[in-house]
Amino acid sequence: MDFKNKDIISINDLNKEEIRYILEVVSRVENSDCSQLCKGMILGTLFFEPSTRTRLSFESAMKRLGGSVIGFSGEGSTSRKKGESLYDTIKTVEGYCDVIAMRHPVEGSARLAANSIKIPIINGGDGSNQHPTQTLLDLHTIRKSHGKIEGLTIAMVGDLKYGRTVHSLATAMGLFNATLYFVAPQQLQMPKDILDVLDKKGIKYFLAENITEVIDKVDVLYMTRIQKERFPDPIEYESVKNAYVLKKEMLKNAKQGLKVMHPLPRVNEICEDVDCAEHAHYFQQAHYGIPTRMAVIALLLGVLK
Amino acid sequence: MNSDEIIRGTNHETKNSNDYSEYKQMKLGKVKNGTVIDHIPPELCFRLIKILNLEGYGHVLSSATNLISAKLGKKGMIKISGKFLTEEEVNKVAVVAPNVTMCTVTDYNVSNKIKLSLPREIKKIVNCNNPNCITNVEEVSTHFYVVQESPLNIKCHYCERTIDKEEITLI
Repeated sequence: MDFKNKDIISINDLNKEEIRYILEVVSRVENSDCSQLCKGMILGTLFFEPSTRTRLSFESAMKRLGGSVIGFSGEGSTSRKKGESLYDTIKTVEGYCDVIAMRHPVEGSARLAANSIKIPIINGGDGSNQHPTQTLLDLHTIRKSHGKIEGLTIAMVGDLKYGRTVHSLATAMGLFNATLYFVAPQQLQMPKDILDVLDKKGIKYFLAENITEVIDKVDVLYMTRIQKERFPDPIEYESVKNAYVLKKEMLKNAKQGLKVMHPLPRVNEICEDVDCAEHAHYFQQAHYGIPTRMAVIALLLGVLK
Repeated sequence: MNSDEIIRGTNHETKNSNDYSEYKQMKLGKVKNGTVIDHIPPELCFRLIKILNLEGYGHVLSSATNLISAKLGKKGMIKISGKFLTEEEVNKVAVVAPNVTMCTVTDYNVSNKIKLSLPREIKKIVNCNNPNCITNVEEVSTHFYVVQESPLNIKCHYCERTIDKEEITLI
């Protein structure tokens, strides 16, 4: 399988074999010295909107591969502020680096960038659409903690309507014959088009409204943040918000191997007392962003096969 | 078959209809060189004229709607003299009325007759209805994939949003 000069724009572009292959390379990266693999190569980090984890982990990943990094965060210091089009910005930066990691607030921007230039583009988030390296690192986390992805049961909790992370993860887990529980208030449940895709593929899923209904059934509890501003009526938010906050005591009936994951940042949806529970896995998950992004960069630059 | 036979063919379909005598009085003129679009659902006839920008057309254009059709019950037909549709225009018609018959007429003879089908990809025809899609923010041509033909469902190449037939707006 050859990923040289390809782009990573959407998890939907990857089939099961390709995902498996990338995850194998992530494991290889973790267990070998890669510190000189990208010597002399440059990663451009074009973050048109602020990011902490994604940008820093892309930069760290490239530096751990022996390469260097140029880039910006936020539009303030760029010619975009002067009215330059995304196409012009991308065409210009193409000449400055070997691979680009990009985050942009507009959906489809990463695809446009990939269509416009010859060097590889990695989508670090395009609006509410896709964030494929997050999904890959989620899958790597699950694989590391459970020894497999195939056939696991996972509950996704919180804002499932607007959360791009859970959309991509649900689709990807579907490829691995997972059983899915979607736990959310009705107004923030998983969108119909995602459920339609799961139906077409024959993926088993259940809708639920309370974490405690599912906590003893699942191998992974994937928490996300519910944002107050998603609710037109603040009283409605107040009435549901506590149902989606995970407390340590709620884990007493959990399976022994249950792992609690979260794409971070969290606000209050996981109480701090969960951090010391054996099930807490979200900081480890964030750390896996490094080998995952190292593997993706190395594959697209053709220094790993 | 020549272009006049298309009309006679249509008359033949109405032979057993009570409306035959009324219909018989209606004849669309022959096309020497141009395009005939037949088997149009009646409610879409004027829409096709609009999306093909034929409202101010400078040559002979004839259309009829609510013609009796044995196959469809009622149908519309458009005859355009002096114009051969581009691939883009044919695809526009296919998105709005995917089952029409389209004939190219050369020197009064039907030189090509096709029953339209949806292309797998639809480019520069449909707007993306996601206001935060890059095609609505920058100068980018729209591009969709047909996910399902009936009922029609298409997916934006850029933002990956899917759109049902009733939500589709043409450029």
